[in-house]
Amino acid sequence: MATPTNIIEELVNREYRYGFVTPVEEEVFPPGLNEDIIRRISAKKNEPEWLLEWRLRAYRYWAKLVEEGAEPRWANVTYPPIDYQAICYYAAPKRRPKSLDEVDPEIRRTYERLGIPLEEQERLAGVAVDAVFDSVSVATTFRQKLAELGIIFCSFSEAVQEYPELVRKWLGSVVPYTDNFFAALNSAVFSDGSFVYVPKGVRCPMELSTYFRINASQTGQFERTLIIADEGAYVSYLEGCTAPMRDENQLHAAVVELIALDNATIKYSTVQNWYPGDREGRGGIYNFVTKRGKCLGRNSKISWTQVEVGSAITWKYPSCILIGDNSVGEFYSVAVTNHYQQADTGTKMIHIGKNTRSTIISKGISAGHGQNTYRGMVKIMRGATGARNYSQCDSLLLGDKCGAHTFPYIEVHEPTAQLEHEATTSKISEEQLFYCRQRGLSAEDAISMIVNGFCKEVLRELPMEFAVEAQKLLGISLEGSVG
Amino acid sequence: MNRRPLLEIRNLRVRINGQEILKGITLAVYPGEVHSIMGPNGSGKSTLAQVLAGREVYEIVEGEVLYDGEDLLPMSPEERARRGIFLAFQYPVEIPGVSNLYFLKAAVNTVRKQRGLPELDAMEFLALAREKAKLVELDESLLQRAVNDGFSGGEKKRNEIFQMTLLEPRLAILDETDSGLDIDALRVVAQGINALRHPDRAIVLITHYQRLLNYVTPDVVHVLYDGRIVKSGGKELALELEEKGYGWIAEEIIGSARS
Ligand SMILES: Nc1ncnc2c1ncn2[C@@H]1O[C@H](COP(=O)(O)OP(=O)(O)OP(=O)(O)O)[C@@H](O)[C@H]1O
Ligand SMILES: [Mg+2]
Repeated sequence: MATPTNIIEELVNREYRYGFVTPVEEEVFPPGLNEDIIRRISAKKNEPEWLLEWRLRAYRYWAKLVEEGAEPRWANVTYPPIDYQAICYYAAPKRRPKSLDEVDPEIRRTYERLGIPLEEQERLAGVAVDAVFDSVSVATTFRQKLAELGIIFCSFSEAVQEYPELVRKWLGSVVPYTDNFFAALNSAVFSDGSFVYVPKGVRCPMELSTYFRINASQTGQFERTLIIADEGAYVSYLEGCTAPMRDENQLHAAVVELIALDNATIKYSTVQNWYPGDREGRGGIYNFVTKRGKCLGRNSKISWTQVEVGSAITWKYPSCILIGDNSVGEFYSVAVTNHYQQADTGTKMIHIGKNTRSTIISKGISAGHGQNTYRGMVKIMRGATGARNYSQCDSLLLGDKCGAHTFPYIEVHEPTAQLEHEATTSKISEEQLFYCRQRGLSAEDAISMIVNGFCKEVLRELPMEFAVEAQKLLGISLEGSVG
Repeated sequence: MNRRPLLEIRNLRVRINGQEILKGITLAVYPGEVHSIMGPNGSGKSTLAQVLAGREVYEIVEGEVLYDGEDLLPMSPEERARRGIFLAFQYPVEIPGVSNLYFLKAAVNTVRKQRGLPELDAMEFLALAREKAKLVELDESLLQRAVNDGFSGGEKKRNEIFQMTLLEPRLAILDETDSGLDIDALRVVAQGINALRHPDRAIVLITHYQRLLNYVTPDVVHVLYDGRIVKSGGKELALELEEKGYGWIAEEIIGSARS
């Protein structure tokens, strides 16, 4: 009988399509974490002394947290303790290309299979890609074209070599290593990531994107992304992620820092499809990520859009610190949990400047035994006169074994602030499915239509090229579940 | 008549939650015919309609249903719909977030595909939808709104008829589509039904009132009583029921059971 529950189950049981492993020779550090490993990572990258020192300070801070047993446990997720000494902190393909043409054919094929061509042409002609494979960036396209406009788009490692002052000025300025347990760990061991600088008054003419791929086993991925939009600049950036299917869990602990100066806009979109584990909940990525943007300048704007369908556990709160007067923060999120996936995600909007505005639209979809938590904070500081926030958190349940939870935190120290909060929970009912099927739609199409309808306010925020992908992905991730 | 019935139900018995609701229904509907099914509340009219449309919450205890000569019961609801069975729901279901237009375009295209017709693109479909909306006097703003979401009772019924005219079914089952309608709406619904009438199609009207039958003349009227068809007749039967209620039928049944 096609009840929502067992349709969800069928959907859920579809296979993860990106679960293959690339046969490429990689240099992998032995498992374990200590100062020596950090020195080796830093040396591998030929880093300046100040950066090594920064890493070591972060490591010592993190080690102290470990000693104090201060690994965060407040999120609404459960997992066995992580053995940080069993993880490898660096893995990189042995052959390193000097230019795009030299990219290892196996790696090139990998990205092709993932739908990310590393050629500067054709299908994604309007998108520049930085491809991060395990711990390193293996290719960045359209660098030349962007450079003509003064836009820097390169791997983090290269930025450290070529633009050390910029990196030094902004690294850790939004997410200091003392921010939280996983940010500290990332600061100690991060190996690569993307770096973007858009100069004054420049509107970046193409989407910039980073595609993260975990390939090596028993390896964590710790990347760092830093985006700076100078006065009046505009940039739209997108990241995608996938990983092979493995029975053990793998840790991905990234940090993303955004800085928007006067009148600058940064639009940051994520389509996260890390391996979610199998239907029994074996394996999958632990996605423990710190993302934060600072609207430093007046009239600046940072907009986060995320479609989170993968990972065994997702723990992330892309946030905005609204410092500049009239600055705007936005958070649009779709999070799907299926099988035994768990997500605890949301945002923080910290209003400091006058007339700052923020919008939060969160859509949680739970199927199978999935657990989906929205956790969001809106904080209005004294002096943020005229600040406004609108929050909307909707949950959609498919089946009766899953759960949805909402934890909004509101802190207001400014009497002129205006806040609005709305929340709904709904279910796809057997009646709805029957009605759709009576009109000739298959149950899966019906589910996918209802889910996409549920998420449309978020999906329409995605860049055109990716909105269609995201819609398909939603369909796939709920295939065999209720749509 | 030597033609094959479009719908043939033989001794259909249906249970839900262990309780028998349909207790042996036998009925044949031929192409071109309009049948009306009347009966008191709870007699099983909607159950019959939903079983014919493929609702899976019911348990078929016994019996057989042939649609155009083929065994209907193993078919999924969507397959039945694609083959031309349409049910206008007594309580149309709300689907928030999905626009009526988008929903119906998908529905019309699955049916067209089944019939070997090319799919309609957004512009073509919009033109068709506007034309049909005019026919049933459906407010165009309802096209853009989510399916039945916040529609008034009458708007929902009108939307069902609108969908029917778009999908052009071979067998339309209308479950109390005339209930809760004002006089104008009733006339419009009747227009929609009459426009669908065709020698190849058949219509089953479930209704409590003979007023719809003033506009749509049925070939046969059946009385469903406690899960059985206890009486069939011409359109006069509807008038008689309206006049006398169902009590006399109950007495007839009891009488015949005694004799
Ligand atoms: N899930 C259920 N569990 C138990 N009984 C049910 C269930 N669904 C329907 N019934 C019963 O089946 C009987 C027939 O219901 P049905 O909806 O078919 O009646 P109807 O003839 O359409 O009535 P009305 O004229 O009021 O629309 C009713 O007594 C109803 O209570
Ligand atoms: Mg009924």
